[in-house]
Formats: sequence, C-alpha cells, structure tokens
Amino acid sequence: MLRFLGERAVNRVWRLGCASRFFLAVLVKSGAALSRFPLLLREIWFAGVLSLLIILVSGLFVGLVLGLQGYEILQRYGSAQALGTMVALSLLRELGPVVAALLFASRAGSAIAAEIGLMKATEQLKAMDMMAVDPVARVVAPRFWGGVLSMPILAMLFSSMGILGGWLIGVVFLGVDDGAFWSSMQASVDFRYDVWNGVFKSVIFGAAVSLIAVFEGYDSEPTAEGVSRAITRTVVTSALAILVLDFVLTSFMFRGML
Amino acid sequence: MKRSVLDLWVGFFVAIGIGALLFLSLKVSSFSGMDQKDAYTVSARFDNIGGLKVKAPVRSAGVLVGRVADIRLDAETYEALVEMRIDSHYVFPADSFAAIYTSGLLGDQYVGLEAGSNTEKRLADGSDIKKTQSAVVLEQLISQFLFNKPAEGQDAP
Amino acid sequence: MSDDNFLVTVENLQFDYGGKPVLRGINMRIPKGRVVAIMGGSGCGKTTLLRLIGGQLRPTAGSVRVAGEAIDEMRHARLYAFRRRMGMLFQFGALFTDLSVFDNVAFPLREHTDLPEEMIRDLTLMKLQAVGLRGARDLMPNALSGGMARRVALARAMALDPALIMYDEPFTGLDPISLGVIGQLIRRLNDASGATSIMVTHDVQESLQMVDYIYFISEGRVAAEGAPEEVRASADPLVHQFVTAKANGPVPYHFPAPDMAADFLGAAHV
Repeated sequence: MLRFLGERAVNRVWRLGCASRFFLAVLVKSGAALSRFPLLLREIWFAGVLSLLIILVSGLFVGLVLGLQGYEILQRYGSAQALGTMVALSLLRELGPVVAALLFASRAGSAIAAEIGLMKATEQLKAMDMMAVDPVARVVAPRFWGGVLSMPILAMLFSSMGILGGWLIGVVFLGVDDGAFWSSMQASVDFRYDVWNGVFKSVIFGAAVSLIAVFEGYDSEPTAEGVSRAITRTVVTSALAILVLDFVLTSFMFRGML
Repeated sequence: MKRSVLDLWVGFFVAIGIGALLFLSLKVSSFSGMDQKDAYTVSARFDNIGGLKVKAPVRSAGVLVGRVADIRLDAETYEALVEMRIDSHYVFPADSFAAIYTSGLLGDQYVGLEAGSNTEKRLADGSDIKKTQSAVVLEQLISQFLFNKPAEGQDAP
Repeated sequence: MSDDNFLVTVENLQFDYGGKPVLRGINMRIPKGRVVAIMGGSGCGKTTLLRLIGGQLRPTAGSVRVAGEAIDEMRHARLYAFRRRMGMLFQFGALFTDLSVFDNVAFPLREHTDLPEEMIRDLTLMKLQAVGLRGARDLMPNALSGGMARRVALARAMALDPALIMYDEPFTGLDPISLGVIGQLIRRLNDASGATSIMVTHDVQESLQMVDYIYFISEGRVAAEGAPEEVRASADPLVHQFVTAKANGPVPYHFPAPDMAADFLGAAHV
C-alpha cells in the first residue's frame, strides 16, 4: 500500500517535471506562433470565440443569482444600495476570473487536449515532424498563446455580464435605486486594485489551463482511450490548478505584493 | 472565404472584449490613482490608530482628498506614524487637524482632515501634522464609562 | 556497385524498446531509384525500422546513413534540413483533419518555401493531378475514402519532390481496387520523379508485382532478401510460408502453450 502511494507520488513529480520541460520548450518555440498571425487568429477563434456563448450566458446567470442573494442579505442591514458594490467586487475579484477559467477549462481546454490528442493518435504530429515542421512550434505553441490571450477577454466579459445581471435583478426587478447602484459601485471599486488584479489573475489561469491542455494532449497515449483520459485529466487538473492558484494569488494581492 | 469569416469572428470577440474593459473601467470602477505623480505626502502621529488600514481614505469635510500610504510604529515614542498621500489639487494650512473617525457604527476607519486657520504656511510634501486625535476605541469608551460611574457616585454626596 | 549508388545504408542496426530488443542487427543497402519492400509479420519491427531511417528514433547501436550522411548523429536543425528531402506516407494517411485536401498538400510548400500563392496553387494542383484528385481539392479529409486519403497523403509526401519516400503500410485497410491503384501510383511516381522508395508492408501479392527488391524481417534480423522472382522461387521455409500465406510454418500458429494432452486431459485424470 505504502509502496503504491510512493510510486504514485513519484509518478506525479515525474509528470510535473515533464510538464515544466514542455512549458519551456513551448516558450522557446513560440517565436513562429506569435509572428504568424493567421495561426494565432485561428486559435483565438477556437479557444475564445467558441467559448463566448457559454461564458456570456453563465456570467448573466451568476450575476442574477448574486443580485438575488446579495439583495436578500443586504436588505436585512438596510443597505440594499450597496448591492452594486457587492456584485461588482465579488465578480471582479473572484467569481469572474475563477468561474470563467473553470468554464474555459471544460470548454476550450478539453477541446484543445482532444484536438492535439487526436492529432497524435492519427499520426498527424509524426507526419508533421517528418515534414520537418516542429509540432511544438506549429501546433502546440499557437494553441497555448491563443488560450492565454482569450482568457482575460472571456473573464472580463463574464464579469461585465454578471454586473449587468445583478443590475437587472437589483434595479429592474427589486427596485434598488439606479443611481445609488452605480455610484456606490463606482466609489468602492478601484480600477487598479480590483479590475486589474482580476485581469491579471485570469491571464495566469489562462496560461495554466492552456498549458495543462496542450501538455495532456501532447502527452496522451495515441489511442482512443488515451485521448479520452487526456480530456478528463485536463478538466480535473485545470480545476485544481485554478483553485490553488487563485488562493495563492489572492493571498499575495491582499498583502499588497502584487 | 472561410478565413475571412474567422477574421470577422475574432474581430468581434476582441471588440466586445475592449467594450467590456471600457465598461469595467468607466462605469464600474474609478481610478484612485492619485498615489503617483500629482500627490504629496504628509505624516501624522497618533497615540492609537484603532483599526486604520493602509489605503484607507483621507477625507476633508467628507470629500475624498487622499489615501493612507503607510502605517508604522515609531520605535522611540511608541506612537503610530501614519503617512498619507494627498491629492495636490487640495492645499491645507500647516496647522490643520487630523483625526481618525469611523464611518457609521461598524464601518471602516478613515482619517479626517480639518483645515486650520494659518493662511501663511501650508502643508507641503514631507510636512508633519502636529494636532491629531486618536481613534475612538470602543472598549476604552465602555470601560471609561463603567469606571467613571462609581467615581461620580462618590463625588455626589 | 560502389557506395554512391546506394541511397540508404543500414549497418548492424539494433534497437531496444523498454529494455526489449526489437531489432538485433539489420543490414540493408537500398539502391537509388528503386522500390524496395520490407516485409515481416505484424510487430516484427518493420515500422520501427522506417522510423529509424527517418531519424524519428535513435538506434541503440549501429548506424543509418542516408546519401552518405549518418542520420543517427544529426542534431535537430540538421535533421530537419535533411527531412525536407524525405517524404513519408503514414499508415492511414495522417492527413491534417482541420485542413482541406488542397491545404494539406500545400502545407509543406507553405511551411518551407516563400513561393507566391499562385505558384503554390499551381504546384499543389499538379501534385493532386498526379494522384487523380485535382477535383477533390476542396473536400475535407473526413469526406474522403481510405484510398483517396492515402492518395492525398501521397501527393503531400511528394510535394517537395523528395529523394527518398517511405511508405508505412500503404495497403492496410484498402479494397482491392484502391489497393491496385495505390500500388501502381507508388511505382509510377517513383519512376517519374527518380526518387527511391522504401515500403513497409505485409501485403505479399501486391508487393511482388511492383517492387524491385524485398527484405524479409523476422525476430529482429533480415531473414531473407531478394528480387521478386527469387522470392517466389525461394525454398526458404519462412519466405514460403509468407508468400503462400500458410497458417503454420516457421512462424507458428499457436502461441506457446503447455502440452495439449496434459492441458485437456490432465485435470480429469488427477
């Protein structure tokens, strides 16, 4: 039993090492990906545009729920006009980056892992290598950067939709004063500390999810089961990475180190 | 043909992304970015700052004029040394008065600046505010109240 | 023949996979301009041999020389420069699923040349014409039959006019008509372009009709070799079993098992 656990732990560390080496290789070979705009464009489309619908709809509904719950609580203390502040701060600081990243992992991350895994299983990556085209530079790096660039845009859209959802519930349905909603929000939300930190977080999450997705896809066993396992692992590992990174980043931010 | 549709979509995606950023920056948040160029630093010593925190607002007559930049303990006098960045649009007399107030019963604490009467000398970068009033600490207030009651009782007869 | 006449020279090539020897000392000399088949049962290391020649795997011992240069000693950049003169047809074509037929064939040209788009278009259509699929240029790979996909992959492998083309099981999973088409195409394209072809296959009848020379691999060694006529006439039991597709012979039908009588009757008699 102990031996089994030990072996698993060693395996994890081994994979982490592989992932780090892979990450370095992706960074080193990113030159071509970033200079060939059509390649990047296709990946922003694949990771960003295709995740748009789920991000917008979920953002709206999270905002609606926040509006309802927040109103219920704030009203007890007679400060329902602080609803805007509550909705905006919780979305911008936490929910926006984190939930958007979780959705991104399950929509775009899994798709990226599946795409690369399938390319590996059908020998497309080997064929590319035989054509003297480096698959890491041509296939992996653009997907990585497409994810990194799409994530903050998606997170901002998620937060914006959420704030609109909170406004819809609070102002339109529950009768919070429109002016108080926006002005209390504006007075206590700081662009540098709240909005920008949220964007920064989402960039980190985007990098983490994209890296996990391309690594799992590239490292998958070249079989149908291998690909499906890579997809599952991408979603699970990404979710874990997002939540742990969120804790680390938030604690740094509260200490004013970021 | 297919590529141009893709361009359109990515363009749309980036455009609404910029739209969201504008919305978040203009409608949702404000820049309290007076901590950079157009601000000056003044410091004040308090016996007790209560729950004052860095980045807490500095208000004069209720208007936000700056923020607390740093809080330290002076190792010799055992007083709290509070540094504030004040927007350089606002100029205060040198004998202004700084106090720590609480917004509402349970709200955050902030520094209140009350303008003095000295019209000649002004607070400048690096100056010290001499007159200060510490934060009201609820526990002290209550214990004062409790211990003063019997004292009053003895005085009365 | 002098060494110059051989495009690929394999000397005492050994390769271990996970500690198990797959190839145990292969020697081969492949002359320029010929079509050579490498045959053997499934899992005998034929595909591994192809990978070693293409430089995708590094040998445990021995050497692979292509056009006089040692592939196994090359660094990444040099190897990539070398691979531009090699083409490889993968087992199921390995077409890029997100690109159309045209873009697939144009892919090597776009990656490796700075030719203007009209030029790439003309070259690509020429290659597609050679495999008879000029009309299928706008189809996506998932709309192609197995044989068509193989032909597109062949056009793609030929895009840069390589000196050496390798085929990994080009006949697997094809119907008899497509199989004949691919076989003839390989022969014709090889002769027309003056390239050298190495084909890994276990389709004996088709290969015997079209190749110049055959190597049989068994248990990690070259078990037999010769021209098609020699192979047909060969008295070697392994070659004979292969050519006539007999179930039993030097390659046993039964997986090693305990004695049959003991297995079936033993339990009852105890």
